[in-house]
Amino acid sequence: MSLEQFISHAISPWTKDSGPDDDIVMSTRIRLARNLEAFPFPFSSSRDAARALYKHVYEHLSPVTEEQVGELTWLPMEGLSEIEKTVLVEKHLTSPQLISESQQAAVVLNNDETISMMVNEEDHLRIQCLSPGFQLAEGYEAANELDDWIEAHLDYAFDEKKGYLTSCPTNVGTGMRASVMMHLPALVTTQQLNRILPAVSQLGLVVRGIYGEGSEARGNLFQISNQMTLGKSEEDIIDELRGVVLQLIERERTTRQELLKHNQLQLVDQVYRSYGILANSRIIESKEAGRHLSNLRLGIDLDLIHGIEGTILNELMILIQPAFLQQYAEQELSVDGRDERRATLIRERLKLENIQDGGGET
Amino acid sequence: MQCQECNHRQATLHFTKIVNAKKTEMHLCEVCAKEKGDELPGSNSYSIHDLLSGLLNLDPSMGAGADYAKHMKQEEVLRCQKCGLFYKDFVKNSRFGCSHCYQAFSANLDPILKRVHGGNHTHTGKIPKRQGGRLKLQKEVLSLKEKMQKHIDNEEFELAADVRDRIRELEETEEKKGDQ
Repeated sequence: MSLEQFISHAISPWTKDSGPDDDIVMSTRIRLARNLEAFPFPFSSSRDAARALYKHVYEHLSPVTEEQVGELTWLPMEGLSEIEKTVLVEKHLTSPQLISESQQAAVVLNNDETISMMVNEEDHLRIQCLSPGFQLAEGYEAANELDDWIEAHLDYAFDEKKGYLTSCPTNVGTGMRASVMMHLPALVTTQQLNRILPAVSQLGLVVRGIYGEGSEARGNLFQISNQMTLGKSEEDIIDELRGVVLQLIERERTTRQELLKHNQLQLVDQVYRSYGILANSRIIESKEAGRHLSNLRLGIDLDLIHGIEGTILNELMILIQPAFLQQYAEQELSVDGRDERRATLIRERLKLENIQDGGGET
Repeated sequence: MQCQECNHRQATLHFTKIVNAKKTEMHLCEVCAKEKGDELPGSNSYSIHDLLSGLLNLDPSMGAGADYAKHMKQEEVLRCQKCGLFYKDFVKNSRFGCSHCYQAFSANLDPILKRVHGGNHTHTGKIPKRQGGRLKLQKEVLSLKEKMQKHIDNEEFELAADVRDRIRELEETEEKKGDQ
């Protein structure tokens, strides 16, 4: 398979699209946790009950084709190889829990992968809507419509006082987690983020690395999401998150401009050094790669380097993950083998771009 | 010390409540404490604490002493009738077993939810379209039935019959919806 083919296969189609504020916000994700009244929650259910739940969902949803949902692909985890499953996690289409702990688990995807629904994760259904750039309201609208469509066919566990009932008390109520993936290199470099993050958490929001809970921040990418799900309407939750994200965008942009004004030469140097490493290295760890990709992306956004697509950070951050590298290599790889393969993949990917040197001349 | 409820058995459970620096003490025997159950202030404070200290880990410093062990016994018997999950297991794993657990453990739940959700314990967000309509209908039928009973008690049988007809009407619309 050629690299171009592999990438088009590996990257969710929607990540190629541009979205509002996508110089800073990479993507927006809305997740709704839903359970069915008649079944025990996955955590405590037997294998048979889990199978019955999957069958029930499949039989009620798969025959109904609806214009707004489009064609859906049902992928039971049992039928996938380990590497294929991990690829789904690296693409953010399933959670690590779904592939490791869940029984009779499945993921349901639409064609452009803007919709992914996990079955038998911590809750019976985890509905996800993904969109490029900063699109909280639009993302919620899409998730809401999908939720209405599902609810027309399945009986949810819902209580007037407690809202949508979930397996874990931290999700009860709206069952909604809205999150925004942000690229914040200037705030990290100037060490402003360390001071901002505690304030953000006081507002009931959480900041995590790119692969969710417990994962570290790679490539200066941060995921910001709401913590509380009870006592606030979906619209209020989204408004509050939106307010904080808008401030962070503003702050990041101002800081980038300040860096450009006062440290342009250093900035240009950093961008081209990173480009040099990415374009020439023969062995590279994912952490180092993440750092240089972040620099390169900053250079693209600030117009210091030309001829490279802005989506390269989003794309390569996913492609350099272990499972993707192994899928591309069509074999299992050791850590050393992955570092070598990662360097090769990045070099080849950059060759596809039409770099014009000299953008940073001052 | 004697139990302050029955004045008969030995008091083995001691509760101290401090609200705004005002201290109230209670000394009860096991039997009376069980009867008082959930209305007892702080009777579930240990388990709330368990949940809140990281939602998962029991803080041993809180649990020292025989009172605590006895207290835990009461909670051990609390169980969801539908899926069979014990309350203590919910506390341990912070996962419910089924949607009915919310009702089964409702007496202990609000303080936990408040802590997790910034003081909130009531849903104010989306109501499902289809089921929401049904819930509204069921609520209305329930309140009409109460109204009908009141009329019957007051021997206002004509009024009661009117209400009964309205209930039938509502129930028929619900059945029709269900058939669709």
